[in-house]
Amino acid sequence: MSGKVHSDGYAAIEGVLFDGMTIMAGGFGLCGIPENLIAAIRDSGVKDLTVISNNCGVDGFGLGLMLENGQIRKMISSYVGENKLFEKLYLSGELELEFNPQGTLAERIRAGGAGIPAFFTKTGYGTVIAEGKPAQEFDGEWYVMERGLVADLAIVKAWKGDAAGNLVYRKTAQNFNPMMATAGKVTLAEVEELVEAGQIDPDHVHTPGIYVSRIFKGAHFEKRIERTTTRPRAAAAGSEV
Amino acid sequence: MAQDQKGWTREQVAERAAKELKDGFYVNLGIGIPTLVANYIPKAVSVTLQSENGMLGMGPFPYEGEADADLINAGKQTITELPTSSFFSSAESFAMVRGGHINLSILGAMQVAANGDLANWMIPGKMVKGMGGAMDLVAGVKRVVVVMDHCEKTGAPKLLGACTLPLTGKGVVDLVITDLGVFEIDKHGGSTLCVVELAPGVTLDEVKAKTEAPVA
Repeated sequence: MSGKVHSDGYAAIEGVLFDGMTIMAGGFGLCGIPENLIAAIRDSGVKDLTVISNNCGVDGFGLGLMLENGQIRKMISSYVGENKLFEKLYLSGELELEFNPQGTLAERIRAGGAGIPAFFTKTGYGTVIAEGKPAQEFDGEWYVMERGLVADLAIVKAWKGDAAGNLVYRKTAQNFNPMMATAGKVTLAEVEELVEAGQIDPDHVHTPGIYVSRIFKGAHFEKRIERTTTRPRAAAAGSEV
Repeated sequence: MAQDQKGWTREQVAERAAKELKDGFYVNLGIGIPTLVANYIPKAVSVTLQSENGMLGMGPFPYEGEADADLINAGKQTITELPTSSFFSSAESFAMVRGGHINLSILGAMQVAANGDLANWMIPGKMVKGMGGAMDLVAGVKRVVVVMDHCEKTGAPKLLGACTLPLTGKGVVDLVITDLGVFEIDKHGGSTLCVVELAPGVTLDEVKAKTEAPVA
């Protein structure tokens, strides 16, 4: 194959990191985050990063690890409520923050990867999010112009992948990973299972291998759950425990 | 609030909101009281719940010991799938939101104005956690229902002539359900709230006293 397969996260990041770069990181909350690549980038010490990710992990896990290590200069996110250190760094001015509505963030990344430099959306029209952005009326409704987003590096996590870089995600761990895979100048993918060619039905591929520069089987997946909510076996309806 | 007191409890507000669900609807429920609405879906009504991180057909919480880290809702709670569920990317998810394919969104609010303006994501001077998907939902979903307390804990009204907090959406709210009643909004330039229903023991005069916007 094309030599996309690497042994681990440390091998995968070799030669692609530089200070001041922009990194997209897949995941929603702690679900579907590239935890092996985050650990490798944390250990690399690369700094002054702009990180594009829906959230910023939690204290002590996910992107929270890179935050603790002082590597992130700016975050582009839709929601950062789960992280006390984030709040502290933001309020002290050590961390820059750009909020994007979640759907706008997802579409900006999709557009960036698809070669679309800008698009119009109703989302945020008439709010602070639209300030300074061109607005235009189409068919009697007002829309805000948003820019496509690309990054120097995208790090994504999939369930299964093959040597060609074809990826399959699992359940809601898909989230931002497919768009980010398309929007990185370099895209690194970590998978739980690296399978032989032919083991993924071509009809089931979520991310075609063209978008993936390097792939490896993650050494360890903690897959931490942010909020375990269950129902007792006897009960008929769901309730928070 | 006990049953013999006037007004609705949180659960009763959720139960009333569930009446807005129609058979065949695709529905997005926000965090808090809106989540409780799922417990009161009428038996004769079949709705599909959307979770904006990337799922249609949300099932109940898993049994103890069966939580799956790869299966969460937009509130990051573990959930389950149904035989008809589907999973997709967040871009696809918000395409169905923005594209007007979701029939109803029920969400909480800090302030709602008589013209349908909604504020529910930011208090200047306090740490802002972010809007998540709220701005996309209110801009794209066909019908937006707000469930909230009628007043702040301080007694200050939340149904206003104009929102004072930064907006989540401009002219987006169709209906507001509070502990005091149900109020219809004309989001195309309306200036008066229309009372649809009052909670038990609540008078129109009381509602008018506790609402900044004109009520009729």
